[in-house]
Order: sequence, then C-alpha cells, then structure tokens
Amino acid sequence: MPDNVLEIRDLVVEYHTDDAHIYAVNGVSLNVKKGETIGLVGETGAGKTTIAKSILRILQSPPAKICSGSIMFDGADLMKLSEKEMQHIRGNKIAMIFQDPMTALNPIETVGFQIEEAIRLHNKISRVEAVRRACEMLEMVGIPAERYKEYPHQFSGGMKQRVVIAMALACKPMLLLADEPTTALDVTIQAQVLEMMNDLKTKLNTSVILITHDLGVVANMCDSVAVVYAGEIVEYGTAEDIFDRTAHPYTVGLFNSLPRLNTTERRLKPIKGLMLDPTIKPPGCRFSDRCPEATEKCCKQPPPDVEVSPGHIVKCWLRGGSN
Amino acid sequence: MNEAYRKKRSRFGEVVRRLKKNKAAVFSVFVLIIIVLVGIFADYLAPYPYDQQNYSLSFAKPSPEHWLGCDQLGRDILSRLIYATRQSLQLGILATAIAGILGITLGCIAGYYGGWVDMVIMRFLDIYQSIPMFLLCVTLAAVMGPSLRNAVLAIGISTVPLPARLMRASILTVRNQEFIEAARMCNASNRRIILKHIIPNAIAPVIVSITMTVGMNILAGASLSYIGLGAQPPIPEWGTMVADARNIMRDHAILALYPGLCIMITVLACNLLGDGLRDALDPRLKN
Amino acid sequence: MPPLLEVKNLKKYFNTKGGMLHAVDDISFTLDAGKTLGVVGESGCGKTTLGRTILHLLDVTSGQILFEGKDITYPKKKELMKLREDMQIIFQDPYSSLDPRQSVKETIMEPLLIQGKLSKAECEKKAKELMDTVGLAARFENAYPHELDGGRRQRIGIARALALGPKFIVCDEPVSALDVSIQAQIINLLLDLQESLGIAYMFVTHDLSVVKYISNDIMVMYLGQMVEKASSDELFANPIHPYTQALLSAIPIPDIHNKTKRIILKGELTSPINPKPGCRFRPRCIYATEECEQPQVLTEPLPNHFVACCKCSELLNNRRNTQ
Repeated sequence: MPDNVLEIRDLVVEYHTDDAHIYAVNGVSLNVKKGETIGLVGETGAGKTTIAKSILRILQSPPAKICSGSIMFDGADLMKLSEKEMQHIRGNKIAMIFQDPMTALNPIETVGFQIEEAIRLHNKISRVEAVRRACEMLEMVGIPAERYKEYPHQFSGGMKQRVVIAMALACKPMLLLADEPTTALDVTIQAQVLEMMNDLKTKLNTSVILITHDLGVVANMCDSVAVVYAGEIVEYGTAEDIFDRTAHPYTVGLFNSLPRLNTTERRLKPIKGLMLDPTIKPPGCRFSDRCPEATEKCCKQPPPDVEVSPGHIVKCWLRGGSN
Repeated sequence: MNEAYRKKRSRFGEVVRRLKKNKAAVFSVFVLIIIVLVGIFADYLAPYPYDQQNYSLSFAKPSPEHWLGCDQLGRDILSRLIYATRQSLQLGILATAIAGILGITLGCIAGYYGGWVDMVIMRFLDIYQSIPMFLLCVTLAAVMGPSLRNAVLAIGISTVPLPARLMRASILTVRNQEFIEAARMCNASNRRIILKHIIPNAIAPVIVSITMTVGMNILAGASLSYIGLGAQPPIPEWGTMVADARNIMRDHAILALYPGLCIMITVLACNLLGDGLRDALDPRLKN
Repeated sequence: MPPLLEVKNLKKYFNTKGGMLHAVDDISFTLDAGKTLGVVGESGCGKTTLGRTILHLLDVTSGQILFEGKDITYPKKKELMKLREDMQIIFQDPYSSLDPRQSVKETIMEPLLIQGKLSKAECEKKAKELMDTVGLAARFENAYPHELDGGRRQRIGIARALALGPKFIVCDEPVSALDVSIQAQIINLLLDLQESLGIAYMFVTHDLSVVKYISNDIMVMYLGQMVEKASSDELFANPIHPYTQALLSAIPIPDIHNKTKRIILKGELTSPINPKPGCRFRPRCIYATEECEQPQVLTEPLPNHFVACCKCSELLNNRRNTQ
C-alpha cells in the first residue's frame, strides 16, 4: 500500500473582507500518494489555488482565514507548525510553481544565483557545491549550464518557466504544487515543458499536485484527478474513472463544453448559468442551481460522498452507492 | 439570485463609501468645510474689524471680549485669524487651481499625442522646473509690486510641472488600454476620447496630488508672506501674523503660536484627506 | 459574387530601435460573406497585428485590402468612418476592453450616438435590443463592468461590435480569457449570430480546438508569414507544413487513450526583427536543408490547400507512403 505523502482533512478556508464573507474552501479532504501526480481541475474561483496556498500557508491573512482542518505531511500537521518550522518546509520539502513565469523571477539577479540561493537556504553546503548543484538542475531542465550567469530578461517565457521549475526542484522536494504552470505558454512550448516535467517527475519520484483548468493537460500528466467546484471536491478518482466513467453532473458538463477535434456537432453544450456566488452558503448541493438533473432533495440537503466504484468518489445524491 | 451581493454602485459611489471608512479623512473633510465656511462668512463671524487698533489693549490677555486676547497693536487676534483664513485659503486653493488647470492640460496633450509634442512639452517643463519659486516671486514682486495676487500667481505658475507630469504618466497608462482602441473603432473623435474616456480614468492620482498641494501652497504662501512678498499689511494672513510676532517671540510667543496652529491644522487636514483619497481611489478598485 | 474581403500581399512592419520588425509579411487571403477564417499561431506570429491592420487601427506598410470589391488600403477619414460601420472587432480581454466608468448601456450606445443617425432615446432602445440579442439580461443595463463576470463583459463587447450592423468582425481571441463553460456559451452565441446576421468572422486564436469548431478555413501563421491554409477539416486531417504538424500534435487532447505522439520542436522562436530571407521556421525544422534558405513560395499541392514549404511534395509523398 503506497504511502500517502500528504493528507488533507476537512479544510475550510474563508476570506473576510469589508464587503463580504467569502466561503472559498468548504470541507476539502484529499490524499496524495508518493510519486503520484494528482490533477486539481476546476474553473476560476473554484478554490484550487486557495487549497494549494493553504498547504504552504502562504495565504494572505487577513483577509484569508484557515478556519479548520488538518494537513498531515511527513508526520506532522502543517496547520500546527510554527512559522519557523514552515520555513524549513517551503522550498525544501514542498515547493510551488506559479502560473506567470514573467513575474516569478527576480529581474536583478542571475538565474543561476536564484537556484543557488534556493539550495543554500536549506542546505548547509559550500558555495562551490551549491553552484555545482545549480548547474546540474539547469541541465536537468534543458538549459545549458553556460547560461548560469544570464538574467531573466534574456530568456523567453518557456525558458523562464524551466528556470522556475529548476528552482522548485533544486532541493528535491517530496511534493510539488504546480499552479497552472503552462497556461501562460504557447502550445508548442507547453508541450516541451510538460514533457520535461514528466521526465523529472519520474527521475526524482516527486509527488505533484497539478492545478489546471485544461482537461487535455490532465489527460497527459495525471494519475488521479480531483474535480473542484465552489470550494468542494465533487468528484475524485483515477484518470480513467474521470475520463471514461465520468460521474458528477458538473464534470459531465465540463466535458460537454469542450470543443472536440473529432465531433461534427454544430453547437457546444455549455453548462447554463454561472458558478455559485462564493458568499452564499446554500442549504443543499452547490451545483444544484445549474444541474440539469437537480431534484428537490439536491436543493435542500448537502449531498454525501458516494463511492461509485473502488476509489471513485462522487459528491451527489443521484449517483447510486457502490455494489 | 447569484448577483444579490453585487449592489449596483457606480465607481464614484464606491470611492465615497471607502472614503467614509477612513475616520481621519472624514474628520479632515469636516475640518476643511469649517475652515472654508469661516473664510466665506468672515465678515459675520469676526467680532471686530481686523485693523481696529487700540493701544490700551496692547498684549491684552484672553477675556470675554477678546477670546484670544490682542496683539501688540491692540487688534483682536481672533478676528484677525478669521479674516486671515480668506487670504490663506485663496493662496492655497487659487494657486492650486491655476497649477491644476494648466498642468492637467499640458499633461493631457503631452500624454495623448506623444511624439515630438510630448518631447517639446516635457523639455519645456524641465527648464521651467529649474526656476525656483521664490526667485519667480521676487521677480514678479519687483516688476508688479508685492501683493497677494502676485503671490498666488507665482505659486500657481511654479507648481504646474507636478500635476502635468502626473497626468501625463497616468494618461500613458490609460491610453494603451483596449477600451481606447474600442472607442476608436466606434469612430470617436480624439476630443471625445480624451474628454470622455481618458481623463475620467486617468485623473485619480492627480486628484490625490492636488488635494495635498493645497496644503503645500498654503505653507508656501505663508512663507512668502513671512518675507513680505505675499499679503500686504494691514490685510492679515497667517504667515504675516507669524512674521509680525517675529521680534517679540521671546516674551509673547503665543502671538506666533495661534497663526502657526491654524496653518498646521489646515495643512494636516489637506494631507489626511489626500491620503484617504489615495486609498479610496486605489487601482485595485478596478478588479 | 466577389468575396467580401480580399487581402493581397499585406505587409506591416514596425520601425524599432533594433531594426525593422516584420510583424506581418506578405499575407494574402479571401473571405466570403457569412464565413469564418480562423487564424492560428503562437506568440509573435503576427495574427493580432494582422487583424488590427485590416481594421486600420494600424497603418498598412504595403499591400492591398479590398472590401466588397473596393480598394480600402489607404482610406480617407470619411471613408474610414463609413468603413467602421461594416468592419468591427471583439477584443480578447473582457477586463480592459470596456471603459470602467461607463455603464453597460452607455458602452453599447456609444457607437450609435457617435454615428448620429438616431436620437438618444432611439439609441437607448437599440442598445436594449442588442443586449437581448447577446443574451444580457435587461436588469444589467445600468451595471458597471467591475460588477460583472468575464462572460457577461464579453457579451457587452459583442453587443458593442454589433451596434452598427457590421458585415465583418475580427474576433481577437474572444474566449481565451474565459472559463471553459463560459467559452462554450460565447462560442455558441457567435455561431448563432453568424447564422442569423450573416456576419463574416476572422477568428484569431491560439486555441486549436476552438478554431476547428468555428472556422470554415484556417490559416496558420509563423513569425509573420503564412505557412499553411486549408479548409478546417482538411487542415486537421492532412497537415503538411512541419510547423502545422508540430502545432497540432502539441495540443493536449482530453482523452487518456489517445496519447498522440508529440512532435517536440527544438529551440525557440527566432526574432522577427530584420529576419533573413527564406523560411523562418528553418532553425527549428527537422526537415530543413539549404533549399529552405530561399524565400518560400506558396504552392497548392492539394485543391484549396496552400502550403509555403519547399519540401511539401516530399512530405506529402512520405505521408502517402506511410498511410
């Protein structure tokens, strides 16, 4: 039985602003196994980035507030660690890469130095050794080590993202959080970067939480998938479960909204309406106002997690229990 | 139902609402309103004329007839302070208005048209800014005689570059936004684009700056009056009142303190309001 | 019946400090009324510049543009104003393409007010009709952009573009900034409008699945040059140019069983400033030879399928042999 690298239990996160009280994450539980790549799929405002930032406790609070929940990592509850202990984890045991490579790098320092700095922050080694390791990382991401002393502006978007990945993996973390890492890149560059990430992932046996809205990327990169909607995980399973045996009406709606390369239908089938207002706490299912199959029960009572097949969990009243 | 929480508010309403939350800014607005009203209704509020001298009351202590006492010439201090409000406000507001209107116009033209127009205007402002304000004032005073009006002119003209540069910078940002291209696609004339689309969206930082400039100009005016280049006696002005007390400060420091406090309160109110406006007009409002 | 829009050898160069930037280099195509031409390419290919040059938001450097048979390459001011009634644009960013200080109704009314043919009351009435046409509920007429979500804002942009009754609209990545389910709603709207109003679209995008859905013909651009043009189905079935092949293979397909063999391009985009003559894709192309240093000629190896590649007959033969 593979170990779980990360276990999130009942995470609840809210944003308290002058205007409103936003229920960003509403009781999310998730396990990440060692060496596994899990996709967190959802649209803007679903809460995926909030979940990732909560793991590293880098949410701006105020206005964010982690109300309850536990995140077990490497034998400790990350919610209970002191700031100093968290610093030992960030960048070292858990690393994160963000969407926009243009602003992720410090423009006044060389790329090599930035990787070196990441290494030296967490390892008591000599400067020479750190430089050597940084060069190794650069080569690993496909950048010639001779470019060590160049500045970020001398690199293109795709190369910058590779540098960011090199920085993140420099300390060989157990878990990598990747927040839409290729969304800002061109399609052909995206292909290069994803291929590189796949290689690295296998070499270093890192677990990855990949946040994305692109189901194509999920199909190519992820072992398991969690579909996030309005701050909840509405469906969870292996990639096969989600793609071949799609269960939750929202996930079905997402697939139907995609323009496919191999259909001849003349109109897409979008999900009607908009995502639920995050300041509202509905009595029933959060998807009930847009769900084509919604019943009265759906609107009145929050649905339970149902295991429709081993390991495939759906939060819905209308999907029967397993066997 | 989903939009229940999005109350329909114009952007102006949003700004006012945010401003109301800043207690210092709200307080400053009240203070400034009172000061302006005092200035407008000075004739009715002041118990005595500002130039009524009475040597028997020289350096009189505060009493029911003279709430703040009298100065060395027996003039009622409170009345003089009240009348002085007019002069000081004129310096602050008129001078800022001159600088604002000229500066915004120059900045708009430079920012919108760019190219050599921009270059000419900016170099002109560079040269302009190298002339110190006091020098300009002294020159004007020498040529036209020292007076409040000339001080207002001098201060106004010498502070044009700041709003001009701010406006230009703001316009450069707004000009590249897609909704300006969209306006062009609707066949909007340049004039319409500048007046209707660019200025309303670019003016926020300039408003903040101008609010704080009022305070700055009151100070500048007081300084000019202190050296005799502003309001001329017997018309009272806070700066001249401080100057009058210059020689007797060791024994009668209070005569300098009253006008000094007035200057301080007014300038502080302007600055606090400016700060509050800057927060309320924060670009994050756009998201 | 002459085509609605004919573009011949269009060039748009920018004079920069580093040299002459060849943003659009010798592009030719025709577009019939009521049809859609998809323009695809990655960053720096010039597709956005092409759209803006045709609409005269940028000046033409050389070449010819014919609209309804008339030469409109260098229009006079009055001509341009009349042209704007026939040729409009929908922008990519629903956030920056609307004046934040104008309400929905004011934004849609503006082109009508400027045109001056209707009274203010009539303009208001027309604006409300347009809101209805694009699916914006009437209750939003006094709302401001910052109160609305991306999908609704984009509808405002579409309503504004429709106000003067254009025959041709450049859609500049109109759905790229939107969530998947909202994208589907907007794409359906655009298709409906095309059917009911007979508008021709030039649909500029980097998203290949969307472009296949909505286009009749597709043109692929690379660094300012057109490398391939064919009907939508034909391009996806038989991509000939090496860049097109790489581009199509790079799209992550949301299908876990169909993991296409990715053609991973080596290297990065070269600079469009003072480019050498010849194929600009040469540095990254696996088939490149010396012949590719000559300026490439547009040929028609298959009916209505144009390719700018000296190797295209070879590539076509290879494909036939492997099939």
